[in-house]
Amino acid sequence: MKRNLAVILQLFLSSARLQKKRATLTIASLAWGTVTILLLLAFGEGLKRQMMSNDQAMGNNMAIMWPGETSKPYKGLPEGRPIRPKMEDVDFARERLPELDAIWGEYTSWRTALSYGRKTVNGRVIGTRFDYGDARKHFPKARGRFINPNDEDEKRRVVFLGNEMAKDIFGPEEPLGKTLLINNSPFTVIGVMQRKRQSSTYGGPDATHAVIPQSTFKAVFGDPRINVVVFRVHHEDDMPAALKHFNEVLGPRLGYDPEDPRVWGLWDTVKGQKMQGKIMLGLELFFGVIGALTLIIGGVGVANIMYAVVKERTKEIGVKMALGARRTWITGPFILEGLVYTLVGGLAGALIAILIVTGLSFLPIEGNDVLEFMGRPTLSWPIGIATIAILGTCGLLAGYFPARRAASIDPASTLRYE
Amino acid sequence: MSQSTAIIDMQAIRKVYDTGKVKVEALKGIDLVVDSGEFVAIVGPSGSGKSTLMNLIGCLDTPTDGTYRLGGEDVSKFTRDELADVRNRRVGFVFQGFNLLPQITAFENVEMPLLFGGVAPKKRRERVEELMTRVGLGERMDHKPTELSGGQMQRVAIARALAMHPDVVLADEPTGNLDTSAGGDIMGLFTELWKQGSTLVVITHDMTLARRASRIVEIRDGRIVRDGEAAA
Repeated sequence: MKRNLAVILQLFLSSARLQKKRATLTIASLAWGTVTILLLLAFGEGLKRQMMSNDQAMGNNMAIMWPGETSKPYKGLPEGRPIRPKMEDVDFARERLPELDAIWGEYTSWRTALSYGRKTVNGRVIGTRFDYGDARKHFPKARGRFINPNDEDEKRRVVFLGNEMAKDIFGPEEPLGKTLLINNSPFTVIGVMQRKRQSSTYGGPDATHAVIPQSTFKAVFGDPRINVVVFRVHHEDDMPAALKHFNEVLGPRLGYDPEDPRVWGLWDTVKGQKMQGKIMLGLELFFGVIGALTLIIGGVGVANIMYAVVKERTKEIGVKMALGARRTWITGPFILEGLVYTLVGGLAGALIAILIVTGLSFLPIEGNDVLEFMGRPTLSWPIGIATIAILGTCGLLAGYFPARRAASIDPASTLRYE
Repeated sequence: MSQSTAIIDMQAIRKVYDTGKVKVEALKGIDLVVDSGEFVAIVGPSGSGKSTLMNLIGCLDTPTDGTYRLGGEDVSKFTRDELADVRNRRVGFVFQGFNLLPQITAFENVEMPLLFGGVAPKKRRERVEELMTRVGLGERMDHKPTELSGGQMQRVAIARALAMHPDVVLADEPTGNLDTSAGGDIMGLFTELWKQGSTLVVITHDMTLARRASRIVEIRDGRIVRDGEAAA
């Protein structure tokens, strides 16, 4: 075995140094294929991550429920009865559903005057609990904060502003600590949301609304209806059980059949997340297949050249056979040559792809619409492993078939003098 | 090995080429025994089966029928790799077209059978240097075949054939591609090798070369028609 390897290596070395140009071109075509597959996959990965993060900028693992009407009679109550949950019902559900990560109700005042100095802006004001902040990814800019339980208990007149709304009202001025009028009541700005790229919303983009404590909302706007009830589960697989449990808890309390599917207008974001995951997988497979095909073209190029080499060296192979070369000593150098070409080409391609991806990572993403949507090309281990697997297979096959032809050469017929 | 010194022992060898439509019987029953130290010339017109016989003697091909013992080993049923090993150890080839590998140096050409034979690098170098000196090309080891004359190329080929101390050196028209003077040189070298104890089998048209042999075997239509001492 060791001797075989030594002989193969020696034969390979003495033949490899003969054709630098051919080797260079072959390696270049493989490098090109590798760059293509890596960039395609990197773009796919970047797009996936960006879309996931855009999509999840609203928050994930949430059930968003708009109160509706019953569609089944329940304990003598007729169907078609509207459901009107109160914040106390949401609190009740919170107590009975400890498995939830968070649950809150939202009051919404749609067109509300927000004034600062002589500037008045009409916008959405949400009244809700402090849990909303983390679950809905309302992260404050430096030195600011979201509303907290004390704000709620003390009905403080504090407001957390979406970044675009803050800009509309305050312009270049720093909003933090300033007082503005909401529905003619003074509110202090305690936080402004960090900019985020958001692709899904209910009610409207988070950047264009203001959030105040629900107790304060009630005091300023009278006793409003809850616009929407939202809960969040820890893990996406918990969602079906959580929904069932939620209806079992609230059905009897609000007077509806827990099996009634029409009571709540439901948006289960987990379903969307799963669907998007599948779309992304499909997209990545598509990119991967295109990349693999490109790489296979490179492999076919290698095989082609190796066939030509076999043909060209027919006599040489015959001579080696006459001198006592075993089968593997004939095939080995060819397979090794194919592998080395693939390896060097693959490494060169990977290096180029890494340079390109690294270079792109220095482009500023903020304010660049294309990048904000596409995301940054990102290389990951699965991409690398997939590429290596495809390259390796290409290399082996590209060497194997020509080598097999070489080994089938009949020495007697090649050695005749012509 | 004890009772016989036969290097080549062929009994009732037949070789049929099956080309699909036609079967061609190239050898129709050859009995040939060559003893150690003999210098045999095989002669005959083209198409007589000389080349087929040479391929069989050199283990480049296997007979359809009959038994062939080379150096005491029955090689008629050997596998391809076993035949490769036999060629490496027992046979040294010299061809009409030299068949040196053009991209590597004379040194590396002579080294190749030693590489296949599993000889250690240091011993390979010693052996190649010894052989190249013996064929008078000690100064030209690093030349590529294209930088050598025909006669010099054939000397390199002979050095290569001798590398593994083969039981028999098998030469196919070794002077066929050389001018008279170079051909004479090569013939001289063969005679010298024979005197030093090598067993030689030469296939040739060239009666000048054939007459230097100790024995001439003539083939026609796949059969031996004459086998005897070289006529003076």
